[in-house]
Amino acid sequence: MDLSAINPVLLVASLMVAATPILLAAIGELVVEKAGVLNLGVEGMMITGAICGFAVAVETGSPLMGFVGAAAGGAGLSLLFVALTQYALANQVASGLSLTLFGLGLSALIGQRYVGERPPPAQRLDLPVLSDLPVVGRILFSHDLMVYVGLALVVAVWAMLKFTRAGLILRAVGENHEAAHALGYKVRRIRILAILFGGACAGMGGAYISLLRVPQWVDGMTAGTGWIALALVVFASWKPGRVLLGAYLFGGVTVLQLNLQAAGLAIPVEYLSMSPYLITILVLVIMSSHRSGAPASLGRTFHASQ
Amino acid sequence: MLKLEKRRQPSQVWAYLAPVVAVVATMVAGGLLFAFLGKDPLLAIRTIFWDPLFGEFAFYYRPQMLVKGAPLVLIAIGLSLGFRAGIWNIGAEGQYIMGAIAGAGVALAFYPLEAWWLFPLMVICGALGGCLWAMIPAALRVIFGTNEILVSLMLVYVAEQFLASVSLGLLKNPEGYGFPGSRNLQQYPSAHNAELIAGSGMHWGVVAALIAVIMAYILLNRHLLGFQIRLTGEAPRAARFAGVKPKQLVLLCMGLAGALAGMAGLFEVAGPSGRISIDFNAGYGFTAIIVAFLGRLHPVGILLAGLLMALTYIGGEIAQSSMGLSSSAIQVFQGMLLFFLLMVDVLTNYRLKLAKAETA
Repeated sequence: MDLSAINPVLLVASLMVAATPILLAAIGELVVEKAGVLNLGVEGMMITGAICGFAVAVETGSPLMGFVGAAAGGAGLSLLFVALTQYALANQVASGLSLTLFGLGLSALIGQRYVGERPPPAQRLDLPVLSDLPVVGRILFSHDLMVYVGLALVVAVWAMLKFTRAGLILRAVGENHEAAHALGYKVRRIRILAILFGGACAGMGGAYISLLRVPQWVDGMTAGTGWIALALVVFASWKPGRVLLGAYLFGGVTVLQLNLQAAGLAIPVEYLSMSPYLITILVLVIMSSHRSGAPASLGRTFHASQ
Repeated sequence: MLKLEKRRQPSQVWAYLAPVVAVVATMVAGGLLFAFLGKDPLLAIRTIFWDPLFGEFAFYYRPQMLVKGAPLVLIAIGLSLGFRAGIWNIGAEGQYIMGAIAGAGVALAFYPLEAWWLFPLMVICGALGGCLWAMIPAALRVIFGTNEILVSLMLVYVAEQFLASVSLGLLKNPEGYGFPGSRNLQQYPSAHNAELIAGSGMHWGVVAALIAVIMAYILLNRHLLGFQIRLTGEAPRAARFAGVKPKQLVLLCMGLAGALAGMAGLFEVAGPSGRISIDFNAGYGFTAIIVAFLGRLHPVGILLAGLLMALTYIGGEIAQSSMGLSSSAIQVFQGMLLFFLLMVDVLTNYRLKLAKAETA
């Protein structure tokens, strides 16, 4: 084993890249759950976004258009969830599962034509002075645009929830939908918007995997990232800042275990590959002892007649 | 403008009708999908739903219905108990894998012993393997209040990695010329889950699935525990007043579901599949979720839904070879089924009414 092969600067830099898909999906799901809706279809929306983004990027030759397509794909799939939970008043857990099963099949179906294709390469940010700074430049200022989009989204969601009227209404709907309804807020409309936002974010997270991290199309390539994102929202106690922290933690674990695999650690590859999932479970256990912060109406169906 | 109005009582008619309507809607939407893919939709639907049962080669495909249906029914019966009580074990795929590994591991440990008690021991160990794997999310929920949905699902990925590890290492066939995968249990008479009547597709897993259906029916309709499960799902507060112990219920429902899924895995690995290999699992644990809902969480319904889902698997394979319809199209088709079911199900509890304008 050769641990000196692991370069700490590159490790931290790639940690930010590894964390971005989870970060994007989790910040979207955070908004959905803040509105009182539990969408377990994140995995399905991510994989749909991954293939939609991949297809659009290959066809147009533009990674940016790819991400737009991915957001549209993820939001499109989340429309099914809207139809099920907001109009047909179906159970949210079952609806989320159906979304994931459907999305996995749909993405494989679309993806057949794209196996073996290579997406257009994305531009890295290259700032004249900052990117050339010794350690900091490599870690902070030389990533692709989406890393910063993810960070900006976290800040935007945090500010929206904390300081704006829209954020207050969103939280009211999530905490007590009857009261929000009585105050005249359109519970269903607000929730639909939140679900669409979550879908778009999950889609972009998926596309980040297929366009930048891997980058190619493999069936089922999100491999549970959507579920880890769901766990991350619990871990973060529904706070945007802690979503960021958690995403970097998981990104760190992923990158570290990949590095250890490459360095030839004496532990078999399969056990290292288990580690992100095991750590997710561990984190869930630790966080479940104090479950403050869950929106009170989370997962409950709202119908104005009740 | 259409408006939903809550029914005083859930509609009995729609409770039975919803799965049928969902299947018809899926056929229509699936037909559109196949047409979009450039296949003849009517031919595709006929190939999937008619040919396996009444086509030219039906004598070959009919036994396959039992082979594919048995694991689905077995797993779905276990899941349905938990789903009824609001306990969401969605990691049956992992429990299926661990059951298969545990059961096959026992067989391979005794290789090449010939003894009548080996197969029963494998079944017990398979059930135990699945049960213990399901006990992890159950215990974490009972002790720490951890969300069992996420934990049980995470354990699927862990189980898949473990499966890869044992088929490359611990259980690898020493005479397999270095290829991954275990010895073939079909060539190991004491451990082989052979057909009970040759050519019928009937193996011990099918028997177990039928027993599970009957036991679940008795449990839900004639036993106090079944009443408690139903009560917890429909009125959790009332259940607590009635003396239901929620923690015991979680352990019991998850444990039962895990044991049944583990057994399903064992019957599969010792019979139709034959060996532990990296991609031995075929997603039955996830499809069984659809089966459980399509069967309305009712044992008899699950039996029918399991057979229907088996039909889509077999018909899908036929359509794949004869029409070039891809397997992912079938996966989409199965996903649609759950989607439409949940959609139509609203009519069980609500009725549609014409209304003027929305007030809020």
